[in-house]
Amino acid sequence: MDIAKLKAWEMREKLLKKEISSTEILKSHLEVIDSVEMDINAFITVDRENAMETAKLVDEKIARGESLGVLAGLPIGLKDNIMTKDLRTTCASKMLENFIPPFDATVVRNIRREDGIILGKTNLDEFAMGGSTETSYFGNTKNPKNLEVVPGGSSGGSAAAVAANEVAISLGSDTGGSVRQPASYCGIVGIKPTYGMVSRYGVMPMSNSLDQVGQFGRDVRDAYLMLKGVSGFDPLDGTSSHKSGVNFELENASLKGLKIALPIEYRDLRVTGDEKIREVFDNTVKLFEREGAIIQYVSLPHLKYALETYYIISTAEVSTNLSRLDGIRYGYRTENYETLDELYTMSRTEAFGEEAKRRIMMGTYALSAGYQDEHYKKALKVRTLIKNDYDKTFEDHDVILSLTSPILPFPFDSIINSPVDMYKADLYTVPVNLAGLCAMSLPMGEVDGLPVGMQITGNRFQESKIIRAGYAFEKVVK
Amino acid sequence: MGYKTLIGLEIHVELMTKKKIFCNCKNEFGGEVNTHVCPVCLGLPGALPVMDKEALEFGIRAGIAFNSEIEKEVRTDRKNYFYPDLTKGYQISQADLPLCKGGHLDIEIEDGVKRINLERIHIEEDTGKQLHTEDGTSLLDFNRCGVPLIEIVTKPDINSAEEARLFLEKLRSTIKYIGISDVRMEEGSLRCDVNINVIHDEKKIKSRITEVKNLNSFRSAVKAIEYEEKRHKELLEKGENTDNETRRWDENLNETVIMRRKFGASDYRFANEGDLPAIKIEDTWLHEIKENLPELPHEKKVRFMVEYSLGHYEADVLTGSRELAAFFEEIYKHVNDSKLLSNWVMGDVLRRLKEEDMEIEALHVSPKDLADLILMVKDGKINNNTGKKVLRDMFESGKSPEIIVKEQGLIQISDEGALEEMVERILDANPQSIEDYKNGKDRAIGFLMGQIMKETKGKANPQMVNKMLLDKISLR
Repeated sequence: MDIAKLKAWEMREKLLKKEISSTEILKSHLEVIDSVEMDINAFITVDRENAMETAKLVDEKIARGESLGVLAGLPIGLKDNIMTKDLRTTCASKMLENFIPPFDATVVRNIRREDGIILGKTNLDEFAMGGSTETSYFGNTKNPKNLEVVPGGSSGGSAAAVAANEVAISLGSDTGGSVRQPASYCGIVGIKPTYGMVSRYGVMPMSNSLDQVGQFGRDVRDAYLMLKGVSGFDPLDGTSSHKSGVNFELENASLKGLKIALPIEYRDLRVTGDEKIREVFDNTVKLFEREGAIIQYVSLPHLKYALETYYIISTAEVSTNLSRLDGIRYGYRTENYETLDELYTMSRTEAFGEEAKRRIMMGTYALSAGYQDEHYKKALKVRTLIKNDYDKTFEDHDVILSLTSPILPFPFDSIINSPVDMYKADLYTVPVNLAGLCAMSLPMGEVDGLPVGMQITGNRFQESKIIRAGYAFEKVVK
Repeated sequence: MGYKTLIGLEIHVELMTKKKIFCNCKNEFGGEVNTHVCPVCLGLPGALPVMDKEALEFGIRAGIAFNSEIEKEVRTDRKNYFYPDLTKGYQISQADLPLCKGGHLDIEIEDGVKRINLERIHIEEDTGKQLHTEDGTSLLDFNRCGVPLIEIVTKPDINSAEEARLFLEKLRSTIKYIGISDVRMEEGSLRCDVNINVIHDEKKIKSRITEVKNLNSFRSAVKAIEYEEKRHKELLEKGENTDNETRRWDENLNETVIMRRKFGASDYRFANEGDLPAIKIEDTWLHEIKENLPELPHEKKVRFMVEYSLGHYEADVLTGSRELAAFFEEIYKHVNDSKLLSNWVMGDVLRRLKEEDMEIEALHVSPKDLADLILMVKDGKINNNTGKKVLRDMFESGKSPEIIVKEQGLIQISDEGALEEMVERILDANPQSIEDYKNGKDRAIGFLMGQIMKETKGKANPQMVNKMLLDKISLR
C-alpha cells in the first residue's frame, strides 16, 4: 500500500483502526521526499529526526490506548514564515537564512497538541511576497503537475508538497491569495479562513491586517481537517476571535437551494482573454445550477478598486512589518559598515531581495507625510466601502463564486520581471482579504493539462458554508 | 513690554503596572540586563502585542486627574523609525487620536492661580536602553522595552522657569496621588523635554523653537530654561535668530549643547497598529475608575482648609503628597489640635526632611509616636525645647518618645517648691540682672531663665519659672 497517496483523512482512519502506524505513514512520505524533492524543491528544511521522534511518540500513545488529536500521525508541511522553536525559520530570505526562533507559533503548538507530525519547512516567495515562489532565496519550487510551470505563490512550497504527496497536509499564509492561488495552480484545495479564525502569533507578518494562516489538502475534507487542527481563539493574538474554531458535518452537504452570487464586475473583466479558463468556470456554474443552486448576478461596485487598495495597504504594512529586520539583534548583518546608518542600510540592501525592496519602498512612500492622505488613508476608506459591498451581498446570498486566478500557472521567468502583471493576477483573491472574509480554492477542471481552480467566498466566520459547498461540489464532480 | 517666553513641556511618565504594556513580562526597574524580556518585547518575527488593561486604566486615571476628555475608543498607531533600542523598527504609540484630549492643571504663582492647558495625553511603549562601554561599543538592555508610558503634552502656556518648576512639581505630586507612577526622575520614570522660544510683541519678532532634552531633574529643567531664555533673547537682540533644533542639557558645562538640527517636520510615517484592535471604553468602566480614584490634591486641599481650619498655605503644604497628608491626618486622630499639629509637622518635621532630602515615607517616626510627643508637650510633661530635642532623637534612633524621655530623665520639673528654691538662689547670685531688668532690659529675664535651664538640663517648666522670676524680682 502506498500510504502517502492516501488522503489525510484516510490515513487517520487507518491509523485509528491500527491498520497502519504513525511511523509507517511518516516513512512513506519520507520515501516520496527522497524520490521527488530533488525535482520539486518544496522544502527549505526537512526535519527528519524530530518528525520520526514525534511519530514514535504517537505510536506509543496508540499502544497505551490514549486518545489522539485530530491531526494524529499526519506529516505536515509548514510554510517557512511560521516560527518553530529550535528549527530554522528563514522566510525564504537571506535576511533570516540562519534564524532559529526561540519560540513556537500558536499554530505549531496546536499541531503538537493534536499529535500532528511537523515534517519540514516549505519554500515561499521571500517574506510571502510574490505569486510564483520565484522570489525565494532558496531557489524555485516546481509545480508537481508540470515541472515547467510555477506552483504559484507565495505558499508554493506548501502547495507543491501536498500535491506531490511529500506531506499529507500543510499550512501556508494568505495575504492576498497566497494559499488559494498556489492551491489552484497545483490542483489541490486551499482555504483562506476568516481574519481572526486562526492565530497569527508566531507567523512573520507581511501585511498584518490582511494575513491569515491557510490550509492545504488534497481534497476538501483534508483541508478542513487541517483547519480544525489549528483554529481557535488565542489570547496571544489580539485580533483572534472568540468566534474562531470549526466543527461541523460534511456528509450531508448539498448544493440544493444554495444561494450563489456572481459579481458582474468579474464577468465584465477581461484580464488575459483566456476564453478556455472562462469556459471551465461557466461549466462549473452550470453544474451548480443543475444541482439546485440558485445563481444570481450581483454588483460589488468597489471591486474595481480592490487591486490598488490592496497594494497600497499591503505594502504600507509590509514597510513597517519588515522594519524589525535591521541587522541589530538577529538576522543578517553586513560587514560593510562604519556608522549606524550604514549598518542599517547595507544590511537591508544586501539581505532583502528585489521584490521585498520594491514593496518596502512603495509602502514607505504610501505612508510618507504629504502622501499618506491620498494613498494610505484613502485606501483605508475604500477598503471599508469594499467591505460594505460584501456585507450587502451576503445579506441574501450564501457564497460568491469566481475564478481563483485569471491565468494558468505560468512558465518560470515569464512574468516575474513585470511586477504589475503579476499583481494583476491577484484580482479575484485580494478583495477577500481586504474584507476579512473566508474563501477556498478547489480544482474545477483543466486547461491544456494545467489545473484551474474555483474560488468559493463566504462571509466572516461562515467557513461551514464554503467548505460544505466545496465538499458537495467535489462529490458531484467525482 | 519686553520679551515673553513661551514654554511647552512634553513629559513621559512610566506607569507602574504589574506587567509590560503588550506582553506578560514583569514591569520592574533594574534587574539583570535582558532578563525581563520575551519574544513580544524583543520584537521577534511573528510575536504580537496584546494591550494590558491596567496600563490603559492608569492612562485613563491620568486623564481624569488632569481634567481631560477621555476617548471612547482607543486606537494605537505605529511610529516608524530606526534606532537600536527600538526592537520592532516602530514604536506603538498614538497619533491622531490620543487616549485623553485637552485637560489642564492649575499652579499657584505670585499673582494667584494660573491654568496650564494640556494638548493631550497618550499611551505608548518605552524603548530599551543603550549602554556605552569604554572601548566605544554599545550594548543593549531591553528590560525597559515595552514598559507602559504616558506622554503628557502641554500647550505653550508656561512663561518662565519658575512656572515650569511649579507645574512639574504639581504634576509629579498629582501623578503620585493617583498611584500610577513613582515619578522618579533619577530612575527615568519621569522624563521631561522642553520646547521654548521667546517673542517680542512690539518689535514683532520671535525666535525659533528649541527643543531641550536630557533633563535629569527639575533643577536642570529650570537651569536649561533660564539658559535658553537668555540665549534666545541675546540672539534676537543681535538681530539673529535661533535654529529649529534639538539641544541637550549638559550638567557639567551648565549649558545646552546642540544635538541635531530639525529639517522640516520629522516623518514618522504613522500607520494603524492593526495588531491591536480598537478597544471601547465602556461608560461603566470609566465610572468605576472615577469612583476608585483617590482624592485629588486640590480636592484634598480644600477639605483640609475646611475640616482642619487651616490656611491656604498650610493646607497646600500639608497636601503636597498623599503620604504627608495621610501622616497629618493619622496624627490628628490622636492630637485633635490642628494648629499645634501643623506647627510641628510644617516646622520640625518638614525641615528635617528637607535637610535630609528625603520623602515622608522614609521617615523612621510613626504618626503615633509623633502624636505622643506632641501630647507630652501639650500636657506639660516635657517642655517645648525638650520636645524638639526628643524629636531629633526620634529621627535618629526611631525610639518612642516615652522611652527617650525616660532614658534621659527629661520629665519636666514642675515641682513648685524645688523651682522656687532654685529661682531664689539664681536671683541671689545675679543682682546685676535684677538691676538690668528694673532698668528696662527685658533680656535679663532670658539670661536668668538660661541659668535655670542650665542647672535643670532644660527640664524646668519654662512657664512656671518665667512667672516666678517676674514675681520674685518685683518683690526685691
